[in-house]
Amino acid sequence: MTLSAQMAVQRGSLALDVAVEVADGEVLAVLGPNGAGKSTLLRVLAGLLPADAGRVAVDGTTWDDDGVHLPPHRRPLGMVFQDALLFPHLSVAENVAFGLRTRGHGRTAARAAADGWLARVGLDGLGGRRPAELSGGQAQRAALARALVGDPALLLLDEPLSALDARTRLTVRAELRRHLAEFAGSTVLVTHDPVDAMALADRVVVVEEGRVVQTGTPTDVGRRPRTDYVARLVGVSLLPGVGEGRTVQLDDGGEVAVAEEVTGPVFAAVRPESVALFLARPVGSPRNVWPLRLAGAVPHGTTVRCELAGAVPLVADVTATAFAELGLAPGSEVWAAVKASEVAVYAR
Amino acid sequence: MSRPGAGRVPLPLAVPAALAVAFLVLPLVGLLVRAPWSSLGEQLTAPGVGQALRLSLLSATAATAVSLVLGVPLAWVLARSRIRGRTVLRALVTVPLVLPPVVGGVALFLVLGRQGIVGSWLEDAFGITVPFTTAAVVVAQTFVAMPFLVVSVEGALRAADARFEDVAATLGADRWTTFRRVTLPLVAPGVAAGAVLCWARALGEFGATITFAGNFPGTTQTMPTAVYLALQSEPEAAVVLSLVLLAVSLATLLLLRDRWLGRATP
Amino acid sequence: MRVARLLTGAVLAVALTSCGAADGSEDAAEGPSGTLTVFAAASLTDVFTELGDRLEQDNPGLDIRFNFAGSSALATQIVQGAPADLFASANPQQMAVVTDAGLEAGEPVVFTENVLEIAVPAGNPGGVTGLADFADPDLVLSVCAAAVPCGAAAAEVFEAAGITPVPDTEEEDVRAGLTKVQLGEVDAALVYASDVRSAGPDVEGIPFPEAEQAINEYPLCVLEDAPNPAAAQAFADLVLSDEGRAALADAGFRPSS
Repeated sequence: MTLSAQMAVQRGSLALDVAVEVADGEVLAVLGPNGAGKSTLLRVLAGLLPADAGRVAVDGTTWDDDGVHLPPHRRPLGMVFQDALLFPHLSVAENVAFGLRTRGHGRTAARAAADGWLARVGLDGLGGRRPAELSGGQAQRAALARALVGDPALLLLDEPLSALDARTRLTVRAELRRHLAEFAGSTVLVTHDPVDAMALADRVVVVEEGRVVQTGTPTDVGRRPRTDYVARLVGVSLLPGVGEGRTVQLDDGGEVAVAEEVTGPVFAAVRPESVALFLARPVGSPRNVWPLRLAGAVPHGTTVRCELAGAVPLVADVTATAFAELGLAPGSEVWAAVKASEVAVYAR
Repeated sequence: MSRPGAGRVPLPLAVPAALAVAFLVLPLVGLLVRAPWSSLGEQLTAPGVGQALRLSLLSATAATAVSLVLGVPLAWVLARSRIRGRTVLRALVTVPLVLPPVVGGVALFLVLGRQGIVGSWLEDAFGITVPFTTAAVVVAQTFVAMPFLVVSVEGALRAADARFEDVAATLGADRWTTFRRVTLPLVAPGVAAGAVLCWARALGEFGATITFAGNFPGTTQTMPTAVYLALQSEPEAAVVLSLVLLAVSLATLLLLRDRWLGRATP
Repeated sequence: MRVARLLTGAVLAVALTSCGAADGSEDAAEGPSGTLTVFAAASLTDVFTELGDRLEQDNPGLDIRFNFAGSSALATQIVQGAPADLFASANPQQMAVVTDAGLEAGEPVVFTENVLEIAVPAGNPGGVTGLADFADPDLVLSVCAAAVPCGAAAAEVFEAAGITPVPDTEEEDVRAGLTKVQLGEVDAALVYASDVRSAGPDVEGIPFPEAEQAINEYPLCVLEDAPNPAAAQAFADLVLSDEGRAALADAGFRPSS
């Protein structure tokens, strides 16, 4: 483990109490809603905010502990902020060289290293520009180069893609993924976008209201969400209940047939693409058929995401064509069918 | 940019703004009208004028320099540090703004005068006396003008994005390096504006200067003092001197504006 | 009609009230009343305030307002149309500004004189003995600037005495010099005798014979456009009376020759 941190911070109404560990070369995504304490976590790791209690150690060196507080400028780390925050009064190359200059490298060496990194992030030849002359994506690439040029032990990314437009985000995300793969130190990525977490992280920590509510691989968290927040985020309908053989009795009433024997408190999770909608009760194989009401529908890529209310609240994705053929409108009565084998079920 | 009506000023703003301009500019017009243009050359070449003007420019510039060296760090402390009693400190340092300058001059005597707390020690230990010297002019002007700089730099610091300082810290810059290489360049327009205000105030300073530094041609007589004295005997000369002071300060400010503030407001 | 009756009633009421007030004091019925506005040189502040209080006491219907300032400022204000009843100047030159504009009601009268004195801090730390010490470069010295009346007077006495002074500061008015003496920041200042007297125990005065070379005369006059000429005349009479002269003498002024 290169990063090992545990901290308690009280800030206003937020009581953050979390522990994270990140191995060399590992990328940990901290996923959570606004105000959950994600940025506070990063600021404590960076040394910008002293924790009320806790311990931060990197590569066996203690950064924070009782009576120990290494100031931020003495921590070998790099940080990328949401808005790039390139110093507006310096050129792009001077921005990238800044960390090397403050750490005592000579002007020429720092400049050479900066140029090298600018080339690596695809900004070759733009070093002489002012930050205001860069596009959002270019600025964020420069900010990444600035954070990585000093070869830090710890890389902190605070919502690095969320200020970018959708297309740019896609390219910068792919590049970031490549750079993170090459980066030898530990990375902590804070985001509220599950796609960032899925695409970039080796492991995900979900933080809600200052607490860790779930950890796991991105796939695991995406398939088996444990809170409504994560479930909504990954688009899964989360149905808590009690397993009785091949049936789950839901806490809110209703029951769901599952493919395996389960007992005790469990979650049943249904992916939106597993839900089929019919105007009349379907005949045949599906064991889970419920009459529901369409509460809302929003276009979602080439499909329409349907919010269904009733005994078993579900989210369903249907193709735009199907949506039109069914003649659905908010308030419409529909039959929803889900194969038992499509229902993920796991202990609570 | 050239959208029709883009530059239009709404009436509720235009009327008071025009009144403000009239209020501020008409007295100046009055001076221009009353100026004895025929004897202008003669008045300007009078021996005391050049001397007083040079001293005014020198002392106001020196006072601005002192204010920058001491006032910018003070503004930083007020805007960024978490020391206790900051609110009280802020109120205290702006006292010279509300203190009648003549009282300020008396207060300076009580500290730096030869009977003063620091002044008596300076005289005993080093044989230095401050009052009635050119240094006293700078001291008096600094006392009155520095708060203008502090207030405007503090405002600029508060308005500046403090996250840049966080970025600098994560890039290995300690607080001093951060101040020097990030904060100061970021608030440079605010510092420049504050310095200009400070300089203008120092240039026009009269009450504290004449009290603490006195009035002696060549060493402590500045333009405002000369104007005041001229007003006692030859009001026409006072008008001329005022116009000289005005012309020089306007020219300086316009020149500096292009150089310093030009980048901030293209 | 109703309005007219109301108005008549109001006028009657006012008239009755005025009579009532006049009846209250028999002296006041003959003495000056109303508001009197006096523009006087700043050096007269203490003595004129005292004399004004006495006149008000004797005349309960009288309200005196003073405007004390430098004589040149007062003269300017009067010429610019300030509503004054009486002007008392610290020198004939500023009185001339007013009379040149034809604003006097009668010939100005010199009512007192002031001579220069050397003011030193209590205890005389500089060991000043006379006017000749103003040529001592080791002393910290204050004189008035030549542009103001006390400076002009100082220049006269120095010339008469054949002394070239080496002042450290030339004050814009006499009080500024006095303040510096009170603070102990100058060893000596050339000011008026009345100023020394008004400064209290912190300041000692040293009279010197050369002062006779520059006697400063204080003229006063009632003004042509005086809103209250009767009261103005009453105040002028009081200043010129034995009682007024005694008060001026107490304040360090000399009777006019």
